Amino acid sequence: MSKANKVPSAPEIISKKAAAQKIMAVAGEIHEDIVKKHRKPEMVFPIRSLQNVKYDVKRGHFEILGKTATRTLSYNTVKTFAQSMRLLATTKNDLLDKDDIAGKREVYYNSKSWGECRFDEQPESDTLLDDIEAMLAINREQLGYIPEERGGDVTGPLVVIDQDPGNGKDIRIDCTKLGTGAWSIPSRVEHLRFEAGKARFILAIETASLFQRLVHHRYYEKAHCILISMSGVPTRACRRFIRRLADDQKLPVLAFTDGDPYGYCNIYRTLKVGSGQAAHINRFFCVPQAHYLGVTPQDIADYELEDATHPLEEADVKRAKDALKNDPFIQHHKEWQDALNHMLKLGVRVEQQAFAKHGLNFVLDTYLPDKLKKNKFLP
Amino acid sequence: MAKRNGSGPATAESMASKQRDISVSEFFLKNRHLLGFDSPRRALLTAVKEAVDNSLDACEEGGILPEIAVELEQTAETRFRVTITDNGPGIVKNQIPKIFAKLLYGSKFHRLRMSRGQQGIGISAAGMYGQLTTGAATRILSRIKGAHTAHSMAVQIDTRQNKPAILSDTEQDWLPMFQPVNAEGQPEGEPVVSRHGTSVSIEMEAAYQRGRQSVDEFVKQCAIVNPHLSLHYRMTLLTKAESGKQKAEKGAAEVSTSAITPPPSTISVSYIRAIKLMPKIPDEILPHPHGVELGMLMQMLKDTESRTVRSALSSDFSRVSAQTALDICERAGIEPKTNPTRIAHQQSEALYKAIQGTKLMRPPTDCLSPIGEAQILAGLQKELKADFFTAVTREPAVYRGNPFQIEIGLAYARPQENEGLGNEEPVRVMRFANRVPLLYQGGACAMTKAVVGVNWKSYGLAQPKDALPLGPVVMLVHMASVWVPFTSESKDAIAGYGEIIDELTLGLQECGRRLSVFLHKRHHELEAARKRSYIEMYIPHLALGLKDILKLSDKEEDKVVTDLKRMLEKTHLDV
Repeated sequence: MSKANKVPSAPEIISKKAAAQKIMAVAGEIHEDIVKKHRKPEMVFPIRSLQNVKYDVKRGHFEILGKTATRTLSYNTVKTFAQSMRLLATTKNDLLDKDDIAGKREVYYNSKSWGECRFDEQPESDTLLDDIEAMLAINREQLGYIPEERGGDVTGPLVVIDQDPGNGKDIRIDCTKLGTGAWSIPSRVEHLRFEAGKARFILAIETASLFQRLVHHRYYEKAHCILISMSGVPTRACRRFIRRLADDQKLPVLAFTDGDPYGYCNIYRTLKVGSGQAAHINRFFCVPQAHYLGVTPQDIADYELEDATHPLEEADVKRAKDALKNDPFIQHHKEWQDALNHMLKLGVRVEQQAFAKHGLNFVLDTYLPDKLKKNKFLP
Repeated sequence: MAKRNGSGPATAESMASKQRDISVSEFFLKNRHLLGFDSPRRALLTAVKEAVDNSLDACEEGGILPEIAVELEQTAETRFRVTITDNGPGIVKNQIPKIFAKLLYGSKFHRLRMSRGQQGIGISAAGMYGQLTTGAATRILSRIKGAHTAHSMAVQIDTRQNKPAILSDTEQDWLPMFQPVNAEGQPEGEPVVSRHGTSVSIEMEAAYQRGRQSVDEFVKQCAIVNPHLSLHYRMTLLTKAESGKQKAEKGAAEVSTSAITPPPSTISVSYIRAIKLMPKIPDEILPHPHGVELGMLMQMLKDTESRTVRSALSSDFSRVSAQTALDICERAGIEPKTNPTRIAHQQSEALYKAIQGTKLMRPPTDCLSPIGEAQILAGLQKELKADFFTAVTREPAVYRGNPFQIEIGLAYARPQENEGLGNEEPVRVMRFANRVPLLYQGGACAMTKAVVGVNWKSYGLAQPKDALPLGPVVMLVHMASVWVPFTSESKDAIAGYGEIIDELTLGLQECGRRLSVFLHKRHHELEAARKRSYIEMYIPHLALGLKDILKLSDKEEDKVVTDLKRMLEKTHLDV
């Protein structure tokens, strides 16, 4: 692993005024179409799916392709169109102009005052929010929308320098002095600064329970690493945090997940190169310097875990086959194709906790040191 | 060993002593179900039906726009007095007893002409039923044009001899009078007074019940199918207290204590004529040879005034020319000059076969008087609230030598404004034969079978397998014929001759096609309206969003709304 990854620039910080102007530009065009050009207004969005991304090897993440979808005003789209306009109006007038924030669920409830234009279910407003984000090419955090989910937990030899939301003064958080707890990654991480002189790498862990075990035994002191609990697929904030920390401190990143197609193709892949859904902003929310530590299909034999596995479920098999067929990242890496095929052949999956078979602390006494010593990771 | 009673085996002589004539009246007494008097409820309807049929036939023959009053009055718990009054030409005094108190007397049985009644059994049977169940006489008032007074008579049937017995016979100053009522059943407008007319009143054991087979329904259907008729219907039930009193008189111990006396249960409706055009009076025709059975043929040969078989054939039948008659005789191997009364049984059979084997022109069809499409529409529109009406009068056709004509009317009603109609309900089929509503035995009737047999799904109605289609639809099915082939003497259901089913089917299909066009158009309009209201619901929100973002003025906002509406309606609503 190399500490000298290329550092892409931080996401372009767009001022609230500029974002508001962008919304006005979109609305202005629509207005002009209607009253001046007398044609049906359109909204153009980049298509948000794996079909519309390529794996940019040089930059190390999913880059969006040019495919766009056009939503023309019609009987079928009039409701969505109306909702889009009202949501844009709310975004501009209530969030950007007033420097306020809102959660996704608040957006949903806020629409209840819109009469028949209201969102009936939250997935409707979530989708529309994603549409607007893609259309404006501004990530929703910058529009004032905050994620509801937790960003992830951090411990280890790291000092995070945050600001007091009240007076803007620096607050130093020493992540070794949090006792048995951990520091929670906030939803916005652009303003954070780091001091991590003693750390040699970052270890991103899927499950909270394994994270707890490593914290409990102060594994980070032995291994000189920063531990991050992702709790499943890492959130945008979590990815951005790891990326900023890794870039800033020039630290390699290792991922430790369950050995199953979800751990490989969803958790790890998203951490490293971003998602198909949010391809338009992947370049900020990805960690190209990440490598995969385990659990790999090979580990099952190497660590005699055969009797601690579970048969692959139908959904697992489908996920693996889909990835082999459609995922540009997997298609680029022969090693990953081999690993997935290996797993399909074995027909089993293995969890991070499976090492407990050899004793509760086998994972930190034997497995992790062993893997780090071998220094051979999946890309 | 068989045990024998009395004085031993019956002898031919002892048996002969028990054999005697059975009068038709006696026969009726024992077989009254054949004529539609099998239950008290049905008897009430049959009596009304026979009297109204007669009144309408009489008015139409006399060229008078009919004005009829039907009155039902409950006189005891199981008794009704049925009074039907018309403004017909009236009946001459001598005929009154025979018409009302002698079975099988009338002007209609012997001729082939389209009319409501056929056998001359109806009204006198009603009278006899009344006599049988209550002992009361049939009371008749009749005034003919130009007379100074009306005849007032009470008659009964001597059931042994099928002869009328006159109980009273006086002259009376009476004029038929008809009081129209408004929608609330209250008298409204001047009463209609006629200088001539007949009123017949029969008291009988009967039961009144509402519903599809009620007198209420009968008079309504009469009004639909006879749009030139004004009919005033009044039905009065005894109040609870009154019938209670009756009971108390019978069972002496009972004491009536009901404190509250509910108002008498009364129905009062006027069905006012929608058109003043009289139906064409149908022509009388001679029987067509192909419609004559062997027995009837033999009877006709016996009764004929002609001297030879040949002239009997050509003058007593329709569509038989002198030459054709000759051909038939040749084919039958009969000397054309034979005296028709001498034709032996064997020869008549040969003659019958020869007639059946000879090609003949179809019988004349101008003898029929259909209701007419315009009149069917007028009748339906008068009594139903519907969004769509259509009617078809088929060309005349022939079954077994009898000309007939099928007419279909169809209304797509507004369910909420018409009782008993709904999207999930079977359609209502109103059946008519020579303008007379048929209320019983719908399932056995060729008309119902024809409706079931049509594939209504292709016309936009749901239809369970082998059943009536579903929907808020009323179908009027009419058969006009010189001889309607009923399945029984109670005249409830029409027999399913192939030619009749075919004509019914074609008429129904034509109405179905028109219904389908209407439903299609309506569906399209509903869809357009739905889309319009959907678009109009969201456009203001779109405009409001733009207004909020761009700080538009109210005027600019309105312009966005108007422009967008125009734009979307143009592409989505075909306007």
